[in-house]
Amino acid sequence: MAKAKSSNLGASNYRLFKDRAARWGVTLGGVLVLITLLLIFFYLLYVVEPIFRGVSIDDKRDFTIAKDGEVVALGIEEQSEIGYQFTDTGALSFFALQSSPGNDWQQGEILLREQVVPATPTSFTATQPQNNRYAYGTADGKAQVIEPKFRNRFVEGIRSTTPHIEYVNGHDLITVDPQGRALTQLAYEYDGESMLFAAVTADGTVVTNYLEATRNFLSGEVEMSENFNSLSLPGAVDQLEVTPNLRQLLIRQGNRLRIYDVSSSGKLSERQVIAVDRRLGDVTTMQLLAGASSILVGHSSGIVSQWFEVAEEEGRRYQFIREFKAADSAIEEIIPEYYRRTFYTVSAGGELGVFHTTSQADLYRGKPEQISAQRVVIDPRANTLLMYSDGQYHSFKLENEHPEVTWSGLWQEVWYEGYPEPEYVWQSTSGSDDFEPKFSLVPISFGTIKAAAYAMLFAVPIGLAAAVYTAYFMSPGVRKVVKPTVEIMEALPTVILGFLAGLWLAPVIENYLPGIVATIILVPSAIVFFALITSILPQRLRNQFTDGRAALVLLPLVVLVGWFSFSMSPIVEDWLFGGNVREYITNELGITFDQRNSLVVGIAMGFAVIPTIFSIAEDAVFSVPKHLSNGSLALGATTWQTLTKVVLLTASPGIFSAVMMGLGRAVGETMIVLMATGNTPIMDWNIFEGMRTLSANIAVEMPESEVGSSHYRILFLAAFVLFVFTFAFNTVAEVVRQRLRDKYSSM
Amino acid sequence: MKHWFKSGKPWIWLTAGAVSVSLIAVLGLMAMIAWRGLSFFWPAAIHEIEVQANDGTTQTIIGEIYDSEEIPIQRLQESGVQLDNFDEPTLRRILLKVGNREYVPLDFAWVMVPQIVRDETPADLARLERSKDGNFYGYVVAVLENGEPVATGETIRDELDRRIERAVEIGEEADALQSAEIGAINYQLNQLRLERRRLELNDKLTMEAEQAIADREQALRDEYQELEQELFALREQASRDAVVMRDMRGVEVTLPMYRILDATFPNDMSLLAEIGHFFKQIGNFITEDPREANTDGGVFPAIFGTVFMVLLMSVLVTPFGVIAAIYLHEYAGRNAVTRLIRIAVINLAGVPSIVYGVFGLGFFVYMVGGSLDQIFYPEALPSPTFGTPGVMWSAITLAILTLPVVIVSTEEGLSRIPSTLREGSLALGATKAETLWRIILPMASPAIMTGLILAVARAAGEVAPLMLVGVVKSAPMLPVDGNFPYFHLDRKFMHLGFHIYDVGFQSPNVEAARPLVYATSFLLVTVIVGLNLTAIGVRNHLREKYRSLEH
Repeated sequence: MAKAKSSNLGASNYRLFKDRAARWGVTLGGVLVLITLLLIFFYLLYVVEPIFRGVSIDDKRDFTIAKDGEVVALGIEEQSEIGYQFTDTGALSFFALQSSPGNDWQQGEILLREQVVPATPTSFTATQPQNNRYAYGTADGKAQVIEPKFRNRFVEGIRSTTPHIEYVNGHDLITVDPQGRALTQLAYEYDGESMLFAAVTADGTVVTNYLEATRNFLSGEVEMSENFNSLSLPGAVDQLEVTPNLRQLLIRQGNRLRIYDVSSSGKLSERQVIAVDRRLGDVTTMQLLAGASSILVGHSSGIVSQWFEVAEEEGRRYQFIREFKAADSAIEEIIPEYYRRTFYTVSAGGELGVFHTTSQADLYRGKPEQISAQRVVIDPRANTLLMYSDGQYHSFKLENEHPEVTWSGLWQEVWYEGYPEPEYVWQSTSGSDDFEPKFSLVPISFGTIKAAAYAMLFAVPIGLAAAVYTAYFMSPGVRKVVKPTVEIMEALPTVILGFLAGLWLAPVIENYLPGIVATIILVPSAIVFFALITSILPQRLRNQFTDGRAALVLLPLVVLVGWFSFSMSPIVEDWLFGGNVREYITNELGITFDQRNSLVVGIAMGFAVIPTIFSIAEDAVFSVPKHLSNGSLALGATTWQTLTKVVLLTASPGIFSAVMMGLGRAVGETMIVLMATGNTPIMDWNIFEGMRTLSANIAVEMPESEVGSSHYRILFLAAFVLFVFTFAFNTVAEVVRQRLRDKYSSM
Repeated sequence: MKHWFKSGKPWIWLTAGAVSVSLIAVLGLMAMIAWRGLSFFWPAAIHEIEVQANDGTTQTIIGEIYDSEEIPIQRLQESGVQLDNFDEPTLRRILLKVGNREYVPLDFAWVMVPQIVRDETPADLARLERSKDGNFYGYVVAVLENGEPVATGETIRDELDRRIERAVEIGEEADALQSAEIGAINYQLNQLRLERRRLELNDKLTMEAEQAIADREQALRDEYQELEQELFALREQASRDAVVMRDMRGVEVTLPMYRILDATFPNDMSLLAEIGHFFKQIGNFITEDPREANTDGGVFPAIFGTVFMVLLMSVLVTPFGVIAAIYLHEYAGRNAVTRLIRIAVINLAGVPSIVYGVFGLGFFVYMVGGSLDQIFYPEALPSPTFGTPGVMWSAITLAILTLPVVIVSTEEGLSRIPSTLREGSLALGATKAETLWRIILPMASPAIMTGLILAVARAAGEVAPLMLVGVVKSAPMLPVDGNFPYFHLDRKFMHLGFHIYDVGFQSPNVEAARPLVYATSFLLVTVIVGLNLTAIGVRNHLREKYRSLEH
């Protein structure tokens, strides 16, 4: 009964349905705002997250191939479809690793086997991975250099691969020892044209052959000339290495590393002898890192230490840089990656380790699937890890996308190769191939803080003072005009402020620096002086200069004093600084002076921030209940006392929130800093130098970064940091403001 | 004195001084942009200046005065300039724009005022605006037709004007042919290529289909050939005339007429003619395409791109913003979710705009756009359709950025509507939805309008996020054209704000482009300040209206 009544009086079902649908629709719309914010937050996090992931080694597949002597080296082709092994008998065999549409084969199937040296070799060596060459030394002092190669053929868009072997210098062996002694150890490198062999002969002599390539001027052909050298060392040689730029020969004798310079046609001259600290344990192996500037030394304690050349007084010398605890037993083998500064270790106990040198990242340590490794190899793209263990092969899928980024690497000083000491560096790209990107967020975060600090230094006093005056002293009629005028500044596109700062203000400041300083000093003094004059004027005139009108009265005065300061500037410059302030600052004071500097940014961004601070602070002061100030005045306080002791105290949370909002804006501002600073990521509080901020850095580098790369993700991290920064500022400011509003409404 | 300081007077005056400084900053900024922007259009006098160098040699320089400054003489001497018989600590020097870029090493020259021996503004000096190499300053000597002089002396100006007009007309015709008709053919050819690829991907490329496509392609190519002939004929016609000019070196040079857009004699203009020229230049600036890597010509594509993107954004942001505001004001209870939403709104407003750009690039362009390409445009892959920055992604990104503006403004409007109106409507039996739709929304519409205007003003000035999600320095095609489906939301676009950044900081000849940047800035500032003032006006009007309703 009641139901029928309500439906008659109220709404039909259809209307009720519409009402409910509207309610749900609108609620959804409201919640969507929250979802958007969360989406931004989590999407940024989603992009950033992979850089902090460790290495994953999984998807194991086992296979065996027919025994063919002891394995001395392993390799994988770029697509990870073919692997190859060298044995101590001098045989190279290619075997299938993975099948693809064009390469239909069984894992472990032998694709090609060839005896690459005629007789049983006495030694073996491999170049740095990216050079992909291998050499066998023979009993008669010669060497055979081999390069495993792969041919890709495309039939109807499907790729098939066949391996083949290239013999460097044909099947003719290259003489390393002209006396024809057996080579017990061998090292070999080539730089694209020239080659360098180093070997230890059966009687313990170190011999080298520098095959220098010279281009014949007439025929344009490359001719190789041999340069033999030898060196006898007391004691046995444990290991030999040659740097790929053919400049250095590294000889290891126990715990002693001898560095020889071979850059002048193979002549051996000793550069440095390193006695490796026993604290690290006995040296078991050494290996050059990708880029070949660093030596990695493996120790019996399971530690791997990194050494590279650092400029010192007596020239560039190798120095201990850092160490990694890679295993509990002695390090047997160190495998560098092809292009990145990542290396893999195998210990005597069969433990595998993955590390990145510069970021000092321990990416992996342990035995994947409980298998003890004997030999390990990585493919050029670092997607596959092939492990040899007890005559069995295990291939793993390797995921190691961002080894160069660690949280500590981003925020702490890092010692980069070639740098004299650990530093904060942001340098994401360079023209050189060997270049290692340097991602330290410290310099650009510092730049952000520096830019914001100078802007706030300028904006807070002016913005707050203007807000206090407008809210408390200004007559209502004037206030109605002044407030929107200042607030419209907030709507000015920052690109225009930035453009004016960069192209107009920067040269003005450079040319009229004394004028700027004079303005900062003279304008306030002139105002106080003018106020003093008005106070001693006769009563009739004094009544004209009320507090309410002061701002308008001062307009011409400020303009006049400003104009005076600037027109005095060249004269002051000539008088005090010998006609050129910029040179005076650079030469006499020894301070770097950039045209686009922090002073420019401070003023320009200050102007962008003033309206934000002004607007919120003015609201806060204005909405202080009138009975509070009236009470104070009635008790005999002066207006200024009332302001400082009552009004400002009451409004202080609002003023705080205004400053926070302003800071949030200054931190995130992009266009002004992009256009008005030099965008150099330096760390210096010098007001005459520029900076690079997080936001400008994103704007400059984002369009050029490769999607999914470490660089791309770090830029997202920079955005995420900005997001969190401003989120914190804004939320605190908003909460404080809400509190204040509640407090006022109860007063 | 001490008493006076204690009274706080000086501090009060100092706070007043802060207001004065702020006001001077705002007004001075506006005035400077306006002055510099507008003086670009005013026909500046062309000076013929004779300069005597320190070693006694004289040189004639013809050009417009561009800038002047007072400089300590010390600094000049350090940079190697020698001046005799001059003892003042500072001197004045002027920067002349001498143009004639292909004949002189630098198209700007500094002149020391004390070195000037003669400064005249002869009435016969002409400024030729050219489509390449910037302005040319000099005396008109003869007008040529097929290499033969047709006019000299008295009639030369009329003849020059007439022939320039003809050349410009032919040039416009050729441009129209090239961009509209030949452009359309290229577009259709590309569509056919994509259609073939689409059929191929779906395994539907039969012999007939292939033949049909080939036939259509052939037809289009034939048409293209014809149009090309037409274009060549037009170019042939355009290269008929030329003008001989004598420049500041006294050398006579022949300039082809088709390169010349306009000839003026600013030294021989009446005030009325100057005003006319001023407005004509403003018109050209707004309606023409940029030339010379954006350093010359107009900004039409940038205006168009900005307006189009902003309109697209408005369509997206208004419904969402209004619904969110209605939720917050009409439906939301006083609970945690509401508080969270309010914090979200404040934060959306406070998050730096570049973060939106990063988010837009990663989420919209690469993630959503990339997926769209996979599903709907597989035939165009690997070249992306929506998986690359474009006008649609820019509009969506800016819609999120301006959402809080619309929400805050609409909510304020809603809160000003007296609750008696709602209660009245509900008491008469209307549902809440009906009350909203029939009573509240119509009354709040000016507030919504205010929010939208403020959002548009914000979006029009925003540059940082757009640099990542779709803006380019020079877009060959507008996002709207005559080719089906007419709106090309995947295209990149030009934007006034970015134009300022690009021309001011990335252009090869910053000095020459600077007035153009000021003019563009003035345009942008005018639009944005205008929009803001409108919004403030609407809001004040609204406040008055409801104040009267309450009593």
